[in-house]
Amino acid sequence: MTAWIYSEWPWYVAGPLMGLFVPALLITGNKVFGISGNLSHLCAAIAPGNVEHFRYDWRKIGLWNLVFLAGVLIGGFVAFHGGPQHDIAISPATRSALARLGLHDFHGVAPHELFTWRALLTLRGFVSIVVGGFLVGFGTAYAGGCTSGHAISGLANFQLPSLIAVIGFFAGGLIATYFILPFVLGGL
Amino acid sequence: MSTPPSSTFDGCGAGSPEPQFDGCGAGNSQPQAVRPVFLAVYLLLGVAFGFVLSRAEVISWFRIQEMFRFQSFRMYGIIGSAVVTAAISVALIKRAGLMSVSGEKIAIPRKILGHGIRYAAGGTIFGLGWALTGACPGPLFVLIGSGVPMMVVAVVSALAGTWVYGWAKPRLPH
Repeated sequence: MTAWIYSEWPWYVAGPLMGLFVPALLITGNKVFGISGNLSHLCAAIAPGNVEHFRYDWRKIGLWNLVFLAGVLIGGFVAFHGGPQHDIAISPATRSALARLGLHDFHGVAPHELFTWRALLTLRGFVSIVVGGFLVGFGTAYAGGCTSGHAISGLANFQLPSLIAVIGFFAGGLIATYFILPFVLGGL
Repeated sequence: MSTPPSSTFDGCGAGSPEPQFDGCGAGNSQPQAVRPVFLAVYLLLGVAFGFVLSRAEVISWFRIQEMFRFQSFRMYGIIGSAVVTAAISVALIKRAGLMSVSGEKIAIPRKILGHGIRYAAGGTIFGLGWALTGACPGPLFVLIGSGVPMMVVAVVSALAGTWVYGWAKPRLPH
């Protein structure tokens, strides 16, 4: 009966469901949907140091969002451990393009050749995990939002800054995909 | 404890009649102490969102690669339909002039454009990381619970990135 939950959701189910979190948070407590502010809140909570940017009352501003984030982590756990997993059915073209770059394990949600504790000690694993993570954190703080805050919340409210940011997201993603990943995965 | 509704929060670049949001604290111009029952609602909404992100496969490095290689419509369909759904919802909420359940007039702070450099430069830097890790901030956390526990390292690195931005902020063009 619930088998559909663990099948591949069509885009026209997944997308609108995601979009509904914007009105859900607004209607609940006049909160603007956006995940990346939590990275700032966590910095403010853990290690504000002498940095002006992190000197604010994170409990007052961000507690609701940190609680939401804790839920996100739990939700991922429930989704993964609550039922059978299937491999991600990516297009054959992507599969062969990645195979040419030296990836051969297509099980799971992320390539085991890059995202395991052991891979962390390889250059390509380090770049994917540590360098990639750093750029995500730096970029999203600089841009003032991520895919949720800019691409979904911002575009839905017709904000020009968000459109600029989203164009940047794709520019950076294309540069990394076509000019950086080939070296990271293949040559190094 | 509670702030009068008329007061604006100035830590995030607000202060005008229309509160403005500069991105530092993600999204609330009139922070008030959130009641515990609401925190429970945010937790449940977060669980639902994490579940949806996971089942929608947007947490997959492979899906992100497929998107940046333009080899499937799927991610574009997901993001596009999410934006359209959110936009229609926001328009309806504005038109109806709804109050939130917590009793506030629903208002979405506008983002300050300024020179726009932060959005172009920050966005591009974020995009580089998005393609390398195959995850944006939401999925980073979902992945920890979804069979890729070592993403905890990427989260720590992302926190370091955010911290370095905060430190370098006075010296960066915005």
